[in-house]
Formats: sequence, structure tokens, C-alpha cells
Amino acid sequence: MDILSNLALGFGVALSPFTLFLAVCGCFLGTIIGALPGLGPSNGVAILIPITFTLGLDATSALVLMTSVYYGAMYGGRISSILLNIPGDEPALMTTLDGYPMAKQGRAGDALVLSGVASFVGAFLATIGLMLLAPSLARVAFLFGPAEYFALYLLAFCTLGGMASNNQAKAALAACIGLGIATIGVDSSSGLPRLTGGNLHLYDGVDFLVAIVGLFAIAEVFFFIESHGKGSSIGVKLDKVRVPWADIWETKWTMLRSSGVGFVAGILPGAGASLGSFMAYMTEKSIAGEKGGFGTGVPKGVAAPEAGNNAAAGGALVPMLTLGVPGSGTTAVLLALLMTLNITPGPTLFTDRPEVVWGLIASLLIANIVLLLMNVPMVKVFVKILMVPAWILLPGVTMISFVGIYSLSGSYFDLLMMVGFGALGYILRKLDIPTVPVILGILLGGNMEDALRRAMTLSDGDAMYLFSSPIAIGLWIAAIAGFVAPMFLRNILKKPQAVTD
Amino acid sequence: MTNRLFKALMTSAVLGLSATTAISAAECIAPANPGGGWDFTCRQIGKIMYDIKAVDKPVQVTNMPGAGGGLAYNHVVSERSDDGDLIVAASSATTTRLAQNAYAGMTADQVRFVGAIGADPGVIVVAADSPFQTLGDMVEAIKADPGSVAFAGGSAVGGFDHLKPLMILKEGGFTDITKVKYIGVDGGADAITQTVGGFTQAMTGDMSEVVSFLSNGDIRVIAVLTEERVPGFDDIPTAKEQGFDVVAVNWRGLYVPKDISDEKFDEWAGKLQQVADSPEWAQAMTDNGLAPFTKVGGDFQAYVDGLVSDINAMSKELGVIQ
Repeated sequence: MDILSNLALGFGVALSPFTLFLAVCGCFLGTIIGALPGLGPSNGVAILIPITFTLGLDATSALVLMTSVYYGAMYGGRISSILLNIPGDEPALMTTLDGYPMAKQGRAGDALVLSGVASFVGAFLATIGLMLLAPSLARVAFLFGPAEYFALYLLAFCTLGGMASNNQAKAALAACIGLGIATIGVDSSSGLPRLTGGNLHLYDGVDFLVAIVGLFAIAEVFFFIESHGKGSSIGVKLDKVRVPWADIWETKWTMLRSSGVGFVAGILPGAGASLGSFMAYMTEKSIAGEKGGFGTGVPKGVAAPEAGNNAAAGGALVPMLTLGVPGSGTTAVLLALLMTLNITPGPTLFTDRPEVVWGLIASLLIANIVLLLMNVPMVKVFVKILMVPAWILLPGVTMISFVGIYSLSGSYFDLLMMVGFGALGYILRKLDIPTVPVILGILLGGNMEDALRRAMTLSDGDAMYLFSSPIAIGLWIAAIAGFVAPMFLRNILKKPQAVTD
Repeated sequence: MTNRLFKALMTSAVLGLSATTAISAAECIAPANPGGGWDFTCRQIGKIMYDIKAVDKPVQVTNMPGAGGGLAYNHVVSERSDDGDLIVAASSATTTRLAQNAYAGMTADQVRFVGAIGADPGVIVVAADSPFQTLGDMVEAIKADPGSVAFAGGSAVGGFDHLKPLMILKEGGFTDITKVKYIGVDGGADAITQTVGGFTQAMTGDMSEVVSFLSNGDIRVIAVLTEERVPGFDDIPTAKEQGFDVVAVNWRGLYVPKDISDEKFDEWAGKLQQVADSPEWAQAMTDNGLAPFTKVGGDFQAYVDGLVSDINAMSKELGVIQ
């Protein structure tokens, strides 16, 4: 029982009144940071790093605080997704699809509690997975080369078609806009800037947070202005907040499956939490089929992305701790924190510094339980905050968005770009074009292109290289099936429905 | 009412946290996100300066990522050119980009380079089961079939990591360098992953990026690009002793705005020298795989100027720039 004794060591390090206090503070701050549009887990953690130095915290305390903030932000992102239809951060994007419709039906409390529980399940299982499998799972990263990554991103894009609720062509158009935006910036395969107009601010491309806040929050403000401050779509009905046991029980398999999908997506370096929640949602959607009613506010549509993104958050710690390769933006920041604490993650971390690794794992478990306790009874508080009239709430959200985006790089250019995205979001919504595929295009397009270009460099332009391993072939088959299957399945699934009607 | 109060508290908590460090006097800009070498430079040097009382208030670190340091460079040149309380982290990547005109026309003489106090030695790494035992084996293999060896590194094509193997090959008498395969991935650890996974045959990077993989037995460092073997890594041969006279280190240092007074410049140079001489810095270097490399003040400006013209000439020769 190596693991148990290790875990005991971890709890011995992490379980003191002071670290518990830090965990509670971290979870609370993290939830708020996650819920505020424009402040995601990665910049939230980055902003807080100097605090750990100012407070003079030792390595374990600093880690407890930071991981609590990290997990807290992953929990918090769902709050504004569900209540405002504005994702608090990029992994919470998919939660808007069913969470907001559910809130509009007057089930905001249910959606929040359910997503809180799903987050807990995802994060808890991922932490267990990290504990049991981290050293062996580290080898998975060695199996993924450019060809495999390209197939993985392709799989994500092929399932996109099924995402738009009514019009596939419009979803495809939106994805293309996103892909187009993703080509802006320095091309890493040639080192030359593309479509930047010589503007240094565009050399690193367009930040997803800028796009998300613009397309969702700022566009919402434009709609609000258009309606002369009346009848904004924002604002949800508050019902009695109770624990929706039936929904939780009904979504148990969804949560378990999504945790698995999210965890695997998190382990792959670079893919991260956003891909985790996206894959989890699409998997559940295809399992549920047309009758599942995904996109209309069903509990499964809320549980899947939340379990997925929280599991991915845990999964992303695997390559970070075992290889020093961050699996997501936030783990890159955590990696930085470890290095400034003179801990170098890598293959030997588990044996050289067990107190750090197991202290971290124990603090993740603690943070998780604190967050569940905090998020379920406190849901009412969060709902009430967002129940204030739209004419007070929206300017507040806008202000926070501006501050959050400014904190990304400290340049006003990002603010202008955010307003530009707001205008784009307004136009797209007027034309009834979904904005989620735009974000996914920006989020995944650059990585997908890099993977393809690297594969072509390695193979001297031989396209067959893309099918050169069993993993790549498997992913290609899944991608093609994901693209084609919905067209056939729709016919098959509709027939029995017609009979029963 | 309580709702609004709560909201105000929330906002001020978040805003307050980001503002707590804003009261200090000196500011160090790390032109990248937290986690990279520049961030390390700012945080370590800033911390040690305060610990050894070279500055009387903690140094505030600002992360200003963008355009590989270009945004921060532009910010310093155009908006802060006479700010005497500003220092900015720099490294070989800064000079490489200046030499390759990758900062949209800005040049090395638009700021003043204060000094470098440590260097990350360049390394060439292969997987443990690689057939290459020495640098010579690898160069011969590339000469025989240029497409047979692909390199992975943490910088973009044309960046410092890419230049390292090209410099070695040039030294080894191989000139058809456009045939050499290189992929730029997200950092040194990722490049190692690709190499251990067998997707690329070698990794080019810095010593600090490979330290944590060394004891694990997944990789072998076949050459370190320094004059002498690096203390603490005495079993790793230099490229020089294998017959390839290539020295490529990633120095870590600072620049300051151009229009500050000479007194202020000398003051920063003095403080940097104090850090370089401190036991804290010696410890930080050991922990992070840095080799001693101290050039401070006027010496360093001359070194940087030489470096920029060398890399510019080499990049043209290698065909990385026109």
C-alpha cells in the first residue's frame, strides 16, 4: 500500500490549520476569478503569484494556495456561463450551450448545483487518476507526435458540424472565421509574421480571452444598448435552490464518461481543458442522439462539459509534474511557480521530492472538498449577485471585462480588439450565426496548423505520414465517423420516433 | 444593498490583489508570461536585490508577453525611454531577434544593455537508444542523408535553438543547411518529448531544459556548447573537444531605457554586480543549470553589439533572413 502511505505523507504536509485556511481562501478567490469574465484561471494564478512571495509562503503553502485557486477558477467559470451566457473563461465555453437555456427555464439553481457536483466528480476522479497513474501515464505523451496531434484536432473539428442547433452551414462559416483569425501572428514554421500589418501587438496572434469576452460580454452590451436598456436577455429567474438529486442520479454515467474523456484530453500536452470540455460535450451529445435535446437546456449538457473540464484540469497536471510539459495555459503558470520555488518538475520529481508531489495531491483533494461545500450551499449568493437589474449588472461586467483583459498584457490594443470582437459578435448574432465555433476555431486552429506543418517538415511533404501510426489511424477513423455518422444516424433515429409518436 | 456591497467587495478584492505590489519603486519587466527564462530573471534578480539590500523596496515584476519580447521592447523605447527605475529581462533571444530584424525595425541601440550574470549552455540531446554516440556520428549521418535527422527545439524556425545545430554543421563542413529538418515546438520539455517519442532524432535547447530528464535515463546529452565542461555536469563533452568549435550560450541579463543618466546606468550595473557576487545567486544558478557568465556595464554593451552583428551575418549566411 505504497499509495496510502504516500497519501498519508501528503496529508501530513498539507493538513494543518494554516494550509486549510489557505485552501479556503484560495478556493473562494479562485471561484470569483473564474466567474468574472476576462479573468481566467491562468491570469488569475499569474496575478496571485507575487502574493505568495510577498507573504513569504513556503513551497507547500504556496502550492496549496495556487492549486486551490486553479481548481476554484475551474469551478467558478461555470457561474457566469450559466447565469449570464458569458463564459467566465475558455473551458467554460461549452457550459453556456445548455446551462444558460436551463437557467432561462427558471432552473438556474439546479444548473449551478448540478454543474458543481459534476465539477466535483470530474476533478475528484482526475485527482485519483493523477495519484494512481501519473508515472505510467507520463509515457502517453511520448506516443503523440505531429501526425497524431493533427488527427486529434481534426477529430475535434469534424464533430463541430453537429454542434450548431439548426444550420450546419452557418456553424461551418463560423468555424472558418475562427480558423482565419487563428492564422494571424508569427508563423512558427517559418518565423515570419502573417496578417499582422506590421503591428507588434498581433505577432502572438489573437488571445482567446479577448475573443471570448468580446464576442459574449461586449456583444451583450451592444444588444442591451440597442434595446434602450430594457428587456435584456440577461437576467434569470431565481427559484428555490435545492439539490436536484434526480438530475444528479440521471447524469451519473455522463459524469463518469466525461471525466474519463476530459482526463485523457488533459494529459495530452497542449490540448488542455477547453478540448476536454468540448470532447466531453460532443461525446455525450452523440451518445444521446437527436432525442437528447442537447442545446435546449438538458442536465446532461450541463454535467458533461463541467465534469470534462475539471477532469482535464487534473489531467493537465500529469505531464506538468512528470515531464515538465504544461498541459494547459494554467499549468504553464503553475510550472513557473514550481520553478521559482526551486522545484524542477520532471521524470524524477515523484521520487526526489515526494513531499511536494503528495502534498500537492493531498491539497487538490482538500481543495475539491472545500469547493463542493462552498459551491453547493453558497450557490444562492452567486445567483443573487447576478440577479441585480441588468442596468447595474452589465456596466459592472463590462468594467470587470476591461480590467481583466487589460491585465493580460497591459496594452490598450487588446481592449480595442475586444470591442472589435464585440461588434463582430453583434453582427453574427443578428445573422443568427453561432459564436461558439468561432472561439473553437481560434482556440484549436493554430495548434492544428502547427501540427500539420511539423508533420510535413518531418516527412518531406509526404501526406501518408499523417496515417503512419495506429493511434493516428484510429483518430482519423473516429473523425470521419464523427463527421459522417450524424447524417445517417439522424435517419435511423428518426424512424422509431415517428412510430412511437 | 448587501448584494451590491458584496459585489463591491469582490471586485475590490480582485483589484486590490493586483495592486498590492504597485507601491514599490523599481520595476522589472519580464517580456513573457510567467514561467519562462525572462520571468525567472526578473523574479530571481529582483528578489536577490531586495534580500541583499541593493534596493530598499521589493522589485515589482510586470509580465508583458508579446511578439517574443517585441511588445516590451517597443513599450520601453517609445513610452518609458527616460524611466530610471525600470529594468527589463533580456537574453540571447533578445539579441537574436534584434539581429534578425524581428522587432519591426527596432534596433539594439535603442536601449542600453546593463549586463549578463549567468548563462544557460546550449546542448544537443538525443534519445537514450539513439545510434549517435558523439556529435561526429550525427554530423556524418546528416552529411550522408540530410533528411535522416530532424531536430526539435523550443524556438521558432530561425530562432536561437535552430541556429545551434546549423552552426555545428557549418563547422563540420556541411553547407546545404536548408535541407536540415527543424521543428519549433512549445518549449524545451516538449522538444524532448518529441525526441524521446522518436518523432525527431535530436533536440536542441538549453541545459536548464534538460536537467530534470538527465537522471531518468531517457536521454543522452551528446554535446554542450561551451568553452569548458560545465561544473556539475563534468561527464558531458563540449562540442569544442569533439572538433566542432561552436560556443552558444543563452545569457541571462538586463537592459534599461536609453535616455537615463549615466549615473543611473552605473547604479544599476553596480547592483547587478552585487547580485552576481552574492551566494544567493550562486545557489539559484546551480539549482537551474546556469553556468557562471558575468559581463556588466560598458563591457556588456560591446559584447551585445558584437553578438548582434555576428548573428546577423550568420543568419544571412544560413539563409534565415535575406
